Amino acid sequence: MIERLMENAAQFLLLLVLSPLVTGVIRTLKARLQTRRGPGILQPYRDLRKLFSKGIVIPETASWIFTATPWVVFFSTILAGLMIPMVAAEAPLGLFGGVLAVIYLLGLGRFFLALSGMDSGSSFGGLGSSREMTISALAEPAMMLAIFTVAIGAGSTGLTEIAGAAIGQNWRFLAPSQMFAFAALSLVLIAETGRIPVDNPDTHLELTMIHEAMILEYSGPYLALLEWAASIKQLVLMTLLINCFWPFGLQPTWFGFGAVEGICWLLAKLLLLSCAIVLLETVNAKMRLFRVPEMLAVAFTLGSLALISTFLF
Amino acid sequence: MIAELFLSGIVVWLAGAVASLALWRQPVAARRVACGAALAGSLLDLAASAAALFSASPIVIGLPFGNPAFTWAVRLDPLSAFFSVTLSALAAAVSLYSFGYLKGMEGRRNLGAFGFFFNLLLLSVALVFTASNAFFFLVAWEVMALAAYCLVSFEHEKKKARDAGVLFLIMSHAGTGLLLIAFLVLASACGSLDFSSFHLLASRMTPLQQGTVFLLFLFGFGVKAGVVPLHIWIPKAHPVSPSNVSALMSGIVLKTGIYGMARVFFDFYGAPPLWMGTVVLGLGVASALLGVLYALMEHDLKRLLAWHSIENIGIILIGFGAALMFRALGQANLAALALIAGLYHTFNHAMFKGLLFMGAGSVVEATHTRNMEKMGGLIRRMPVTALCFLVGAVAISGLPPLNGFVSEWLTYQALLAGFGTTQSLTRLMFPIAGSLLALTAALAAACFVKAFAIPFLALPRSPEAADAREASFTMRAGMTILAVSCVALGLGATWFVPVFDPITQQALGVRSSSALVMAHGWALSPGRPHGGTISLAGMALFFLVAGAAFALPLALRWRRRTVRGPAWDCGLPGLTADNEYTATAFSKPLRMIFSALYRPRREIQAEYEVSPYYPSAIRFESEIEHPFEKRLYNPLRDRIMAAANRMKGIQAGSINLYLAYIFITLILLLLFGVR
Repeated sequence: MIERLMENAAQFLLLLVLSPLVTGVIRTLKARLQTRRGPGILQPYRDLRKLFSKGIVIPETASWIFTATPWVVFFSTILAGLMIPMVAAEAPLGLFGGVLAVIYLLGLGRFFLALSGMDSGSSFGGLGSSREMTISALAEPAMMLAIFTVAIGAGSTGLTEIAGAAIGQNWRFLAPSQMFAFAALSLVLIAETGRIPVDNPDTHLELTMIHEAMILEYSGPYLALLEWAASIKQLVLMTLLINCFWPFGLQPTWFGFGAVEGICWLLAKLLLLSCAIVLLETVNAKMRLFRVPEMLAVAFTLGSLALISTFLF
Repeated sequence: MIAELFLSGIVVWLAGAVASLALWRQPVAARRVACGAALAGSLLDLAASAAALFSASPIVIGLPFGNPAFTWAVRLDPLSAFFSVTLSALAAAVSLYSFGYLKGMEGRRNLGAFGFFFNLLLLSVALVFTASNAFFFLVAWEVMALAAYCLVSFEHEKKKARDAGVLFLIMSHAGTGLLLIAFLVLASACGSLDFSSFHLLASRMTPLQQGTVFLLFLFGFGVKAGVVPLHIWIPKAHPVSPSNVSALMSGIVLKTGIYGMARVFFDFYGAPPLWMGTVVLGLGVASALLGVLYALMEHDLKRLLAWHSIENIGIILIGFGAALMFRALGQANLAALALIAGLYHTFNHAMFKGLLFMGAGSVVEATHTRNMEKMGGLIRRMPVTALCFLVGAVAISGLPPLNGFVSEWLTYQALLAGFGTTQSLTRLMFPIAGSLLALTAALAAACFVKAFAIPFLALPRSPEAADAREASFTMRAGMTILAVSCVALGLGATWFVPVFDPITQQALGVRSSSALVMAHGWALSPGRPHGGTISLAGMALFFLVAGAAFALPLALRWRRRTVRGPAWDCGLPGLTADNEYTATAFSKPLRMIFSALYRPRREIQAEYEVSPYYPSAIRFESEIEHPFEKRLYNPLRDRIMAAANRMKGIQAGSINLYLAYIFITLILLLLFGVR
């Protein structure tokens, strides 16, 4: 019981500490690839510190939904993060839910974020909410097919079991079904985390923004919470992807020297995935909003192929 | 004891119906008697059916009239008792709500008649769920349809209400016709009308008979449940009826169709052929997806909820269809899991849809419109209604930690397990149904962002919305009860699951709650080892601890640094309601993406004086196509009318001609008889 609590506390801290770093690394790598210098990998931490010390302006038109949302988003994302294995093969809060719960908890955060976007009465918020809910809904079938493929292979929706099934067979990710599912989930990850072909996290241009439009009215600590939650969500989805498909280096337990090794493996895998994301963001231009369904249709097709190849090969 | 309790509930409803009709000249007394009797009857029946659910043997109550061929007997077996609990739990909350809701009608409408039909509806639905033979069942079924018809067209001075009522009546009777044939086929096979003699009967018939009876029942009950393509009466009838009636219609009258299907599929059939399950699963997926897609395009708050009823019936049928398929494949435990998923969703839907319709009723009463585009900012004027509606919206979107998530999670688990049960290509149906269910759930979340944000958040869009008043105490109480039960059914899922043991025992011969409940009642599992768990109570505990430890202290500290300021208005002079995103605009991306389905049509006429860039008035019209009505029902109606026109010729009005008809008929009958 005490051990379980300590595991949870450790993963909680890891999520909080690591997530801005991942965002910072992606930004810096992207800047370097575009022959810019970039602000340095620690910039997200500085941003958060600055935002937390600032004052808060709440729109006159907003209701209690506006102040409740950052907390709901933040904690539902953290809770989702505690349900996935990061360092130890066993997810600390695996009892509370598996991969379905992770997706639906992120959905809970998104639901409230979309509500708060509409709460101020500014048309930007509504624009962002509408687009966010549309794109996430269209991403859902592809995601569920990929997850079904993985869950059928493991016979479980628990992430401990899914990662455990993958650990036993280290080269299984080369199986066609796993590769298709990985490709489908990667496309969904891009849509869900608002990376470039779908949404541009660095822009405030009204024609293109999605996530930024919803949080436009936030300021100070509440904005910090939402930005932090967005980073954590990105980390959660990236970790979900890498530990479902390449569970190398997951440790039997959080305790002892192994944990350091586990964290190193995690960082290495995250770095690899970040490089892939950066490459993808740099060579692609942002898509028109109405091209996004086509990309998600590709993801759906890949998910279907993944499922069919589980029993064809 | 249980029998007396149940009967007393029925008698209270009957007395309430008669008494309120007798008091029709005194609206205040009629309202109190009608709602009081409805509430008392519901509570009595709630106690009786909850006790019956756990009693060792079915409770049989013979009513003291009728003859041996057509007995009037009530039988509370676990399946009946479960549906009866659903009815009475919802009816209790709706009756409480009606105390305040009907007050607005006092003096304007005949509350005596309303109370009569309201109590009669509750009575007949209770008897539909518990009737022990086909004859009694069909009588109760018809009384229910008539009472519902009168309540749907209660505001009969409106043409839409009358039309919706007639449409409901026609479709309902077409469905009853199918049921009548199906019951007659069964009765002729076993020589009795008793449900207990129908038990496992269908499996002894020839495959052709089996299939015919199955389809007759599926479509007969499907009309009442609102399965696509038999759904067209729902989006017309639910919005026009008074909101407490809508809550009952959507929450429980649709469920009579579901009850009928459960009774037929899991009681009358032993191990049905596989195709039956696939048909039900396919219809379920189609209903779920089309229901939510059309809901997204609505800006009439109550019609939006009506479309969501179709969606949720679809989700229930996904569970039922999977259960039927598992039964055909010989997987009793999985069938139990899928059946529990479907029944759990049935109960959940009664709770949150009842809640949402009552919330919509409060809003409509306060703003005098059903059009969401004329609402806005109600969260400040109606805080309790807003909170209750939000709970319902989160629950129906299937988000944790509320009850919708539990039943959807169970459905996913059943579908996931289905993949391994067969080697044929049929197994692809399960994951595809799962992915479309995921799409449905995500679209429902999008729809409820709209359905909550547009009426309740931001600035009021009309003077009525700006002056809205909070609902009265009893209305708030009715909504609060259902909101609390939505939370309780989510957090306490592991306590609720054993309720299904008697039902799965009866239908499938397995009890699975001990396999489903894990970790000392903290977690729910899909009933196989290492299959994954969820714990909604655990999630709620996490939110509580996190909220108390971090959110509350920090939020209080940050309060001192908080100022209120205007929202960004693009530099224009002040933000007005005209700047706000509308419901139509919110769903625009989906309307464009799914334009092949919707075939949207829009018309814009702008008037201007100087330059087209400065219009003085704009008229905008937009509508989408409803393919089933346009391509199926309208041609069908036209055919029937044309045939009727042609048949007019034989009714010339001449008495000699009619005598000739009688003579010819007689001769034909004689020829037939002699042969």
